Amino acid sequence: MSWETVIGLEIHVQLSTKSKLFSGGSTGFGAEPNTHVDLIDMGLPGVLPVANRDAFFKAIRFGLATNAEINQTSTFDRKNYFYPDLPKGYQITQMAMPIVGKGSIRIETDNGEKLINITRAHLEEDAGKSIHDLFEGETGVDLNRAGTPLLEIVSEPEISNAQEAVAYFKAIRQIVTFLDICDGNMAQGSMRCDVNVSIRKSGDKELGTRAEIKNINSFKFIERAINHEIARQIKIIESGDSVVQETRLYDSIKNETRSMRSKEEANDYRYFPCPDLLPVVISDDELNEIKNNLPELPKQKIKRYVNEINLDESEAKIIAASKTMANIFEEACKKTKDSKLVAKWLVGDVSALLNKDNIDIEESNLSSSNFAKLIERITDDTISGKIAKSVLEEVWISGDDVDKIIENKGLVQIQDETVLEKVAQSIIDNNPSQVKAYKDGKDKLFGFFVGQVMKETQGKANPKSVNEILNKLLK
Amino acid sequence: MSIRYKTIKELSYMLKNKEISNKELIEETFKLIKDNQYLNSFITLNKEKALEKASNIDNTSSLLSGIPIAQKDLFCTKDLRTTCGSNMLSDFIPPYSATVIENLENAGCISVGKTNMDEFAMGSSNETSFFGNVLNPWGENLVPGGSSGGSASAVAAGLVPAATGTDTGGSIRQPASLCGISGLKPTYGRISRWGMIAFASSLDQAGPMARTAEDCAIMLNEMCSHDPKDTTSIDEAVPDFTATLDESIKGLKIGIVKEFDLSRLDNAVVKVFEETKRHYESLGAEFVEISLPNISLSVPTYYVVAPAECSSNLSRFDGVKFGKRSMDPINLEDLYIKTRSEGFGDEVKRRILIGSYVLSAGFYDAYYKKAQQVRRLIKNDFDEAYKLVDVIMSPTTRGAAFEAGSKGSDPIQMYLEDLFTIPANLAGLPALSIPNGMVDSKPVGVQLIGNFLEEQKILQVAHSFQKSTDWHLKTPDGDKA
Repeated sequence: MSWETVIGLEIHVQLSTKSKLFSGGSTGFGAEPNTHVDLIDMGLPGVLPVANRDAFFKAIRFGLATNAEINQTSTFDRKNYFYPDLPKGYQITQMAMPIVGKGSIRIETDNGEKLINITRAHLEEDAGKSIHDLFEGETGVDLNRAGTPLLEIVSEPEISNAQEAVAYFKAIRQIVTFLDICDGNMAQGSMRCDVNVSIRKSGDKELGTRAEIKNINSFKFIERAINHEIARQIKIIESGDSVVQETRLYDSIKNETRSMRSKEEANDYRYFPCPDLLPVVISDDELNEIKNNLPELPKQKIKRYVNEINLDESEAKIIAASKTMANIFEEACKKTKDSKLVAKWLVGDVSALLNKDNIDIEESNLSSSNFAKLIERITDDTISGKIAKSVLEEVWISGDDVDKIIENKGLVQIQDETVLEKVAQSIIDNNPSQVKAYKDGKDKLFGFFVGQVMKETQGKANPKSVNEILNKLLK
Repeated sequence: MSIRYKTIKELSYMLKNKEISNKELIEETFKLIKDNQYLNSFITLNKEKALEKASNIDNTSSLLSGIPIAQKDLFCTKDLRTTCGSNMLSDFIPPYSATVIENLENAGCISVGKTNMDEFAMGSSNETSFFGNVLNPWGENLVPGGSSGGSASAVAAGLVPAATGTDTGGSIRQPASLCGISGLKPTYGRISRWGMIAFASSLDQAGPMARTAEDCAIMLNEMCSHDPKDTTSIDEAVPDFTATLDESIKGLKIGIVKEFDLSRLDNAVVKVFEETKRHYESLGAEFVEISLPNISLSVPTYYVVAPAECSSNLSRFDGVKFGKRSMDPINLEDLYIKTRSEGFGDEVKRRILIGSYVLSAGFYDAYYKKAQQVRRLIKNDFDEAYKLVDVIMSPTTRGAAFEAGSKGSDPIQMYLEDLFTIPANLAGLPALSIPNGMVDSKPVGVQLIGNFLEEQKILQVAHSFQKSTDWHLKTPDGDKA
């Protein structure tokens, strides 16, 4: 029997607003527990929420970038349930009328591009955190995160396998980071997702019963959780049983999903319109201003890099794949006219280092200003390309300033021709047989002399000057 | 010189003329409160701070400067216990003050204490308070009405000239009527809800309770403000509500609601109402019968919307962050169950249950959604009516104050107490009650409902009545000199 998988994703994106969705509380990460909490975040008796318009503007950017309908009038609802880290006993969310309606996004798959439709994207407040392992027999509650604005992006069930799910997640991450509405930091929980998985016989029209896997926060785990879940469901159906609609939790240590609660045990959230908040209306002027100031997206960047900077399309794609990489590229290009050289370094050495360490550029020690300096030192002949490579490796490890590394290690390129001539002459003097052979027509030996000079100068000699000097001396 | 039963205006005059000092006024107030403790109208007193403020009054520009005011215990008061009449909050000390409290205190008012109330403002007799029943000074074992029963009782007994109240379905007007004082519920959104502990957010509105409509206007001037902290607060200029009080009501059109079947009321109440109509005619007003076709659906609509919102608003009282926490729960669910079982009284539990039911999956459309649609129809009925009349008049309550315990066993009977007052909340309209007669030696009130933001009009109509009658001057001790 052959099976077909149907997957839908709900991605929670933490919007990078300064203050929370309904209060003036800070959204900063990593503060002491319960220090970024104001009266509203605590849900004290008598407090009222006030909607943060910046969160709406950021949500609208996402909508515009995914060709979505924008609901210029959107409303808030309450989702009622009890949990210690949910201070009010309800979450304020957008059920009936979300800010962003139907949209779509293109993802890269093994079989080429695929369009995934997005059902909706709505604003809601995040909950706090329950800390179970810090106090014996007790649970701690940290409300710093409570009230942080989330954009929940809900896809249609149009994703066919784990690789596509990861590609979709990556595409969403790329868009939200380019739009500057989320830092994309998955380790800090800035993006998390719930995955709905069901299987059906190939060719069937009706959807199978789905299981929802909650709260996954890495590409690797999305892939593993989905593959594990597909195998589990196939096994159930093939053994004659049926899949139960339920919420499951992915255990990354055991690499398995396990049941959290079944449909029968599911909460009745008793949604109703939040009476404390009037509908939020976005004016045509506000919408137009957001439209006119939409940051450049990857596709536009690639086009510009190819048409205006003459990069190869493959180079442009690698550079425009991440916001950080594109930033590094554009910063460095400001310091040199040789954009091709900048691209060559990023696509070549930098990408190689990323691959070697299996990390994203955001996780590396390379800052845009430091990289720009490295390129500047190459183009102003302070260091050679070869030295630059070792400087980059040094930066990669320590994150130290390029100029400081060059100075500390004495890597400044030797330009002084009298110095280079002296070195070249001593090489010639010490290798009479090679000189003879060269002069007898063994042209290939020229490389030997260059190599010796470079070795003698620890690679610091300007290669162009060395060539000229040796040519002159060996005539 | 006695300060008992004095109005804000009178006390302000006495202070200005140095007939009494600020400190003496406050000391005298606390003496009155102490001598009348049997009323149980206060839950918490603010004596020390009140006296301190009285000794340091510098703002004498406002009529309210130095005036003792009682605050309903539903408004958060910084560093002063705020219980909402509930065991759940019996030791809750807020770290902030409600906007309306700040507005009044900035105008020079002195908050002397927090008044008793039905638990979380749910009740019409002040019998649901965790802190015990409040008594009506007009008779033995009489209820003061509710939920702002403590405020009404304290003003009626002449302990303070005015108090704050809140009105979700009649909680200012009904106790005002039963205690023989004046009370106003403004247009929804006139007064900020920031710091008011929510019962039903789309209906709750704070307002003044005082001896006269004029004092209500004086209070209202300071209570209203556009507050960015409350997005439902109305961004409209606040007029001087006292400015038009003395304007003539000649030619004014007063609507009488055809669908309010007065034949089912106590004869004596109807008689008082008819006399009031005649009095207004003598002042030059004209009565017009109007129809509010959907008005009979008000009580059932209210008892869907209000419990629904309350069931959600009261979820935060879970024993985790503030308020009561049950000791020794065996697990998280047990913590919730025990805390809420012990912390809430029967009426609050009843409404949480009703509210949870009408919002639950499968019932939402039939109840909550339908109720919101009916609410819109009721609002439309009023909009049509105000094309024909300036204000709408009705009795405030079905009768005078009743005895404690007399309606306790049947919640429906209690819910019908708010028959005449609920429509103004559903439609968000301003409405007030002033005393207009006596039934069995107990006061009753008449209600005036105004159009959207037309507090000035109903205050003017009420003031014209009080200028030419003396019902508002009656006290439990006899007529006021």
